[in-house]
Amino acid sequence: MTSQINLRLQHSYSGFALDLDLQLPGKGVTALYGHSGSGKTTCLRCIAGLERASQAYVQINNEVWQDSQRGHFVPVHQRALGYIFQEASLFPHLSVRANLEFGLKRIARQQRRVDLAHATELLGISHLLERAPHNLSGGERQRVGIARALLTSPGLLLMDEPLAALDSQRKGEILPYLERLHAELDIPVLYVSHSQDEVARLADHIVLLSEGKVLASGTIGETLARLDLPLARGDDAGVVIEGKVCDYNLNYQLLTLQLPGSTQRLRVAHASMAIGQRLRVKVQARDISLSLTPAEHSSILNSLRVTVVSETAADNQAHVLIRLDADGTALLARITRYSRDQLGLCVGQTLWAQIKAVAVLA
Amino acid sequence: MPLTSADFAAIWLTLQLASLTTVILLIVGTPIALWLAHTRSRLRGPIGAIVALPLVLPPTVIGFYLLLAMGPHGYVGQFTQYLGLGTLTFSFAGLVIGSVIYSMPFVVQPLQNAFTAIGPRPLEVAATLRANPWDTFFTVVLPLARPGFITAAILGFAHTVGEFGVVLMIGGNIPEKTRVVSVQIYDHVEALEYAQAHWLAGAMVVFSFLVLLALYSSRKAQTSWS
Repeated sequence: MTSQINLRLQHSYSGFALDLDLQLPGKGVTALYGHSGSGKTTCLRCIAGLERASQAYVQINNEVWQDSQRGHFVPVHQRALGYIFQEASLFPHLSVRANLEFGLKRIARQQRRVDLAHATELLGISHLLERAPHNLSGGERQRVGIARALLTSPGLLLMDEPLAALDSQRKGEILPYLERLHAELDIPVLYVSHSQDEVARLADHIVLLSEGKVLASGTIGETLARLDLPLARGDDAGVVIEGKVCDYNLNYQLLTLQLPGSTQRLRVAHASMAIGQRLRVKVQARDISLSLTPAEHSSILNSLRVTVVSETAADNQAHVLIRLDADGTALLARITRYSRDQLGLCVGQTLWAQIKAVAVLA
Repeated sequence: MPLTSADFAAIWLTLQLASLTTVILLIVGTPIALWLAHTRSRLRGPIGAIVALPLVLPPTVIGFYLLLAMGPHGYVGQFTQYLGLGTLTFSFAGLVIGSVIYSMPFVVQPLQNAFTAIGPRPLEVAATLRANPWDTFFTVVLPLARPGFITAAILGFAHTVGEFGVVLMIGGNIPEKTRVVSVQIYDHVEALEYAQAHWLAGAMVVFSFLVLLALYSSRKAQTSWS
């Protein structure tokens, strides 16, 4: 295991204690997810060195940034990281171009892996270079902030709720850029968020934080489907599935996705994509209904053969959550307790999950 | 000729004193203001209060203690005598030290306000963009705090020009060494040379008004990009 992030942090401040021990993948997007006050931002700041945790071991892909036992602490400006703050925090006295070049010109030429043209094209800000920061929209500002961080060719990108300060329209404007980042650059990202939608769209791995402690850490597909976590009991509980495109119906504009490791398929309304490409979708627990026989004569497109794995009570007393398995892909269904008893559901039983809606994430 | 050569000597001395004091205060006051703006230390309150003391103390009180300290029996005086420099009382150097202390709050407070207004975020951003602390100071803090520096310099300079009590206590009234404009006016009045006093006093009023006019006009213009 060479590309890995090792974190041990113990940090107390004003009545709050952060205490975590994490091994994270050294590539892809890892979401630090939790309510406000769960310690996710503090965790990110400790990793960056903006906050100095009293007891810490921070190792990013073979580089040790902090080891409090040896008294080792690399100052922030010597760490190869990019940090995106909640507000873009552009320097108001510098033009967009000068903001972008601020970090770029401070790293050695041979270490530059991202150039100005690439970064500005990637984030769609090429036309803004000569502007002053106060003449930009909130979304444009944040895109400049992201490009500015990328231009230091970081070995790790730390993003602290980069979309939280934006309205939903601006969020929608930035998310595609973040996805391109994910797809085109091979930089590991730690992404702090309290939005399940953002996490579902962007993250490969998720760390669930609560009151400074780790509740769970795992792949997004597995973790969102865990019934023992508070995520599953919430109203927008659901799972993320990454399927492979295997067919496209031009007439009805329907894309067919194959579930990983299975012959079962999901159909979603979507623009055409090349066969073999991957598409991430979210299936909400409330959008699944269960039936003992395959549905016929129904308007519901998707019906998967699944087995019941386990069940748990939902936040709402009238509901139960059922975890299902579709040839290795975990699904969550939220149904009424009444229906569960009527169907006589039990663990191991095979039945059909009808999926009313599939939200395309990326 | 309304102004005598003694008047011009006093004006020249005053300008030298105010310029030197302002330069020293900008250099000394900047780290103090930076510390006061960013520290979480418990010493922040006491140090801030000490820096602000000259705002409320009568100049004669400051002058009195400085006179004792810099005199032949004071700690500072003994130290300077040990170095073979003699005592600083009744010397230009003594006046500069007195002025630096006397005008300190007028430089430190505008700077501190400017640094507080910038906040920690731009400094953190600069650090994540590989700028070391010195680099950050010159490329981020200094440009962002420029209005604060202008205000601090103008106030420090103008306040030193207006100094009287401290000068009289520690510098006395030695022509071309410690006799500044305010003391010269006092002398004229004592000698009942009211016409002479009018010229110098009037010049001080005009000068002070122009300085404040420049300050307040520039403030308005500067708020536009923040």
